[in-house]
Amino acid sequence: MERLEVLDCEGRCDPALKPQLRPDQIREIYRLMVTSRRFDEKAFRLQRQGRLGTYAPISGQEASQVAPPYCLQKSDWMVPTYRSAGAYYTRGVPFKNILIYWGGDARGARVAPDQRDLFPTICIATQIPFAVGLAWGAKLKAQKEKKTSEVVLCYFGDGATSKADFHEGLNFAGVFRLPIIFVCENNQWAISLPRSRQTAAPTFSQRAFSYGMEGIQVDGNDVFAVHRATQAAVERARAGKGPTLVECETYRLGDHTTADDASRYRSAEEVARWQKLDPIVRLKKYMLQERLWSEAEETKLSSEADLVVEAAVEEAEAFAAPNPVSFFDHTFAELPWNVLEQRKALEEYLKEKDSRKDTVILDKEGRFP
Amino acid sequence: MKDPVLVKESAVHPKKTSPVESSSTKDLNLVQAVNLGLRQEMQRDDRVIVLGEDVGVNGGVFRVTEGLQKEFGESRVVDTPLAELGIVGASIGLAMYGLRPVAEIQFDGFLPPIFDQIISHAGRMRSRSLGRFTVPMVVRSPHGGLVHAPEHHSESPEAYFAHTPGIKVVIPSNPYDAKGLIVSAIRDPDPVIFFEPKRIYRSVKAPVPQREYTVPIGQAQVVRPGKEVTLIAWGAMVHTCLQAAAYLSEEHVEVEVVDLRTLAPLDLETILESVSRTGRAVIAQEAPRTCSLGSEISALIHERALLKLQAPVVRVTGYDVPTPLYKLEKYYFPDVDRVVRGIRETLKF
Repeated sequence: MERLEVLDCEGRCDPALKPQLRPDQIREIYRLMVTSRRFDEKAFRLQRQGRLGTYAPISGQEASQVAPPYCLQKSDWMVPTYRSAGAYYTRGVPFKNILIYWGGDARGARVAPDQRDLFPTICIATQIPFAVGLAWGAKLKAQKEKKTSEVVLCYFGDGATSKADFHEGLNFAGVFRLPIIFVCENNQWAISLPRSRQTAAPTFSQRAFSYGMEGIQVDGNDVFAVHRATQAAVERARAGKGPTLVECETYRLGDHTTADDASRYRSAEEVARWQKLDPIVRLKKYMLQERLWSEAEETKLSSEADLVVEAAVEEAEAFAAPNPVSFFDHTFAELPWNVLEQRKALEEYLKEKDSRKDTVILDKEGRFP
Repeated sequence: MKDPVLVKESAVHPKKTSPVESSSTKDLNLVQAVNLGLRQEMQRDDRVIVLGEDVGVNGGVFRVTEGLQKEFGESRVVDTPLAELGIVGASIGLAMYGLRPVAEIQFDGFLPPIFDQIISHAGRMRSRSLGRFTVPMVVRSPHGGLVHAPEHHSESPEAYFAHTPGIKVVIPSNPYDAKGLIVSAIRDPDPVIFFEPKRIYRSVKAPVPQREYTVPIGQAQVVRPGKEVTLIAWGAMVHTCLQAAAYLSEEHVEVEVVDLRTLAPLDLETILESVSRTGRAVIAQEAPRTCSLGSEISALIHERALLKLQAPVVRVTGYDVPTPLYKLEKYYFPDVDRVVRGIRETLKF
């Protein structure tokens, strides 16, 4: 199975595989990765301080979070998982939205009218079949208008490949030769289960063969390798040459979510081994060696990243609470009698509750998990 | 929560002597009670195996299977690939082969993939094979909301299962019943969906005997006697209802609270006996209203006890919309106040 590596862990670049990126693009990718890491660390602290709900960290996966969406155009689609802060940020979705969503408010996942980046999918792999449907729609539109196609970037993890949705989705994409790029972020762990529990095959990427599509494994902590493989896949998809499965072999440095404790099931030595392969450190080493970057610029970026993150936290925390009856609003295009009746009942109930002094206190709430 | 002394126990004849068995009683929460029930059944019967995502090394995300892999080994407590359909489909085959699989589905919102196997096979294996093949399988899953969880982690999907022919559905509201019911579920000759109300996983403690006992499937329990209204609930909602009953008791309205414990098959006798005495019934549930358990119970009461009723049955339920994200969940799930209002509605009729 083909495996692509461009940068080694000392940031030295394979001379045959020089990045197809301008210096300003490399600096921009680095900025996106560093700022995403900074946000991730902040989100974790916010959760610990009781200021944020459960959050799924991306630390360690910045290369596979940033490079694939970086290959897209605004008119392309992205269908992410729940571990997606870096991918969203790369697509221009503000961190504020991510905080509002994980703060338990659906408005944080609202997709703007000019945006084609879907809300996070929590149920594993279930986004794959509908991402395939989006790609099918894009193909039909391109055929009708005799234009090159929009493409769909569909994310999932190693665990997702075990589900029927993965098989059915990839099979459709192969059969109908759809303009879709499947990025499998193989971060080695599906909560406590090592990747060896998801497949007996040596790679995830080789499953592409059985669906009649292109497949490639890349060093997922090597942002140039991820970029090169996804860029080629995007170009193939746009040209009507069908789907690609890109396996990014990376590592989840943090817990599965803030509700998890990874030290229960994996060793500190293993984490330390992967920390040495940190995608941000590698890119920085490369940039310093190539004189694309300086420590002065690093200091400047660091304080800029803090400002971006702090501003997002402030905006999210200042965001007004949702209207309690808003959850009825989008059940259907036209609300049926039962939903209308129930909305009215809740409105009246809340009005009455406000005016009464003897309101019974709410039950004690549970804890997640 | 009072010690549920009304529980009828069935005689148990263990095959082997269990080393954990003793006459002592310990205060346990629901997580610990299910864990103890699983452990004792695994000690008693080597056909019992536990499988699911993160149930082994990690002991389950709620720690219900904590320590089981250490005690019984990796071949009896199995960390599976991330595949709910596969977990339940394989469990059906294991059960047909003669084992007693206890499958864990990590969250209620991850249950939908298993419906294909539950509806198409688990629920009809006995009837389509004319009794040749059976599925003595248990599927455990957390249930319900109010834990500030992400999307798809606060669902109440009991009606889908109760609606499916051939499937039993169980949900305890306290640690004593949790242990007794998990044992009954494992020993049951047919497939049982075993819901665990996650809101009270750790917040309710009660004395649980270390010795073996069962709580029979199909028996509800009156957890608070009363004479004016029958209040029917299950799972975590039983506690909301007990609070509502205590509140109304100060106004000298005596509410009888019935904890169903089994949702399929329903204990119709206990429901009708209570409603015939009180003449009024309120059903409280977290699930959406339309085509729910509450709808079925209300229909049964109206069909079979119409002339005993002094008011129409009232349902206090979640709304017919997807469970909202957690900032609004307290408005979605019925609280004590809404249950009290439901009761007043039947009294005013």
